[in-house]
Amino acid sequence: MIECKKITKIYKSGPSTSSGQAIETWALKNVSFKVEDGEFVAIIGPSGSGKSTLMHILGCLDIPTSGEYFLDNQDVSKLSDDELADIRKNKIGFVFQSFNLLPRSTVLRNVVLPLVYTGVSRDEREKRAKIVLQNTGLEESHFYHLSNQLSGGEMQRVAIARALVNNPTLILADEPTGNLDSKTGEVVLETFQNLNKQGRTIILITHEKYIAEHAKRVISLKDGEIIEDVVSNRSEAKTAQQMEE
Amino acid sequence: MLSVIGLKLKQPNKWKNKMLITDLFQETYSALLANKARSGLTILGIVIGIGSVIAMISIGQGAQGSIKASIQSIGSNLVLVMPGFQRGVGVQVSAGRGSAQTLTQADADAIQNEITLAKAVAPEISRRYQITAKAKNTNTQVVGTVAVYPEVRNIQIDTGVFISDQNVLSLSKVAVLGPTTRDDLFGTGANPIGQTIRINRVDFKVIGVTKSKGGTGFGSQDDIIFVPLSTAQRFLAGNTYVTTISIEAVDQNSMTTLQQQINDLLMQRHNILNPQLADFQILNQQDIVQTASTVTDTMTILLASIAGISLIVGGIGIMNMMLTTVTERTREIGLRKAIGAKKKDISMQFLAESVMLTFLGGFTGIVLGWIISKAVTQFAGIATQVSFLAVILAFGVSAAIGIIFGYYPAQRAAGLNPIEALRYE
Repeated sequence: MIECKKITKIYKSGPSTSSGQAIETWALKNVSFKVEDGEFVAIIGPSGSGKSTLMHILGCLDIPTSGEYFLDNQDVSKLSDDELADIRKNKIGFVFQSFNLLPRSTVLRNVVLPLVYTGVSRDEREKRAKIVLQNTGLEESHFYHLSNQLSGGEMQRVAIARALVNNPTLILADEPTGNLDSKTGEVVLETFQNLNKQGRTIILITHEKYIAEHAKRVISLKDGEIIEDVVSNRSEAKTAQQMEE
Repeated sequence: MLSVIGLKLKQPNKWKNKMLITDLFQETYSALLANKARSGLTILGIVIGIGSVIAMISIGQGAQGSIKASIQSIGSNLVLVMPGFQRGVGVQVSAGRGSAQTLTQADADAIQNEITLAKAVAPEISRRYQITAKAKNTNTQVVGTVAVYPEVRNIQIDTGVFISDQNVLSLSKVAVLGPTTRDDLFGTGANPIGQTIRINRVDFKVIGVTKSKGGTGFGSQDDIIFVPLSTAQRFLAGNTYVTTISIEAVDQNSMTTLQQQINDLLMQRHNILNPQLADFQILNQQDIVQTASTVTDTMTILLASIAGISLIVGGIGIMNMMLTTVTERTREIGLRKAIGAKKKDISMQFLAESVMLTFLGGFTGIVLGWIISKAVTQFAGIATQVSFLAVILAFGVSAAIGIIFGYYPAQRAAGLNPIEALRYE
């Protein structure tokens, strides 16, 4: 379960001028929302809307300037770098636009990678990696191929398997179809839908409306604020203001 | 809860959050193999550095060993008395050290009789002469001495006998040859006993051959002829002076006292009051060994420091490669951090890489250094000695270089911000 309470992120940039004031950019302004286990949420917004910043905070890659972020009822908004690394390792799976696979390593090695930092035995790792790879629909004959020999769709499925291998609470996908053609993109999105049906919590970050439509709930961001929070299967739409009440 | 894809949801992960050593090793191994040429060239820098340090230290230590051995081979607990400057009364011009004819047989006898710390005293007179035997001839050192000389100067007889007291008393014209002289005059391995050689137009009968001492550096002690002291004084030199008196002390601890006593005795005998004007000099074997060791130590340090410079250059090569690697693999570092690698995990990975490089280089360098020192012994004839200490030192230094020069790149990798690293193009 995810709960954000009045999350604000301010970036300070530019050299301090003689007046001593650095330029402040408000990436997020008092953002609050809640995601229950098993939800499939899309966060949508144009570039500069703060959705990347939000993803970094949700993914424990960054901490908010102010506000609180609860992941499984634990406040993770004030943890140190190494504590955040442990949270990422145990609770979060990332899927990136550019896949970020290790090019000269095999598919299996790529999927196993998150478990390398856990001290899990080699046999156990391979067993888990094979289970998640089969689940993402990649053919078994590909397991020992080098990852740079795969097609884009296959690469992204390997990346999804890698995100799943540590059995995370939350899967964060940042523009997962951005580097794929629409047909393979559709396959990848279906994979996410299947995972969600199995009970996984998924947050999808995108700027394309039609991709966001695959999710059950769409949160729209603009200028660092939530402007709309729609649950697609129901008729009524909740706004950010209503949620805060 | 739902059992999903074999992994149960909401089941907390219970693991140690620690990287296994074998994984660290595998990461390092595959990273180094990914850039074979670059890794190889970087290792080469360390190989050359460590190899030359090992080779230089072993050459230095070998030289020290052989110089020490050659000084030890002239005897044990030895004090040598030699003539000093030749000085007239009130004259400041000296004719050069060792040129004075001031030591006599009587001085040697006095040392023998009056100083109890002197175990054995062997006076000698030596000069180079042209020697002929049948058709062959050679120019070599002829030493006139007494029966106790082999004991004092650590000489052993191979065949025949050495000069006896009787020979000295009766002015016998007998000679004992060094093995090299024997080879020169009679052919390699021939038996010259009973043959006649001619020294300075005087015939001598060969009665013995000494064992080879294999002396190097300080002039061969194998190319030499021994004759009775009295015979040499009478028939060859024509006077009663001696050129060196070798004295063996009773033990090592009494050498300094012995040296002082000889000095006092000779000063008194020669009527010299001012030690500055002494017409003789006394050399203590211990001092010679120490002086030689100081010289060779300095030489070893000098050689090793020059080689050490190449080791530092090799280390900088490592650092350069690691910095390039960190830059190239920025995205990978970002990914590793995103999936849960801590700062320590990342820095350990890169540190392991540089230590592995220097370790491989260090090991190969030790082998190379060993081969070089063997080759030097083989082809240049210089004794070398690869010491265990030098090998341990080289291993330690190469590991230290890996850590020192790998530390900064590893810290740089560990300090990368995962968000920026993932965006890096």
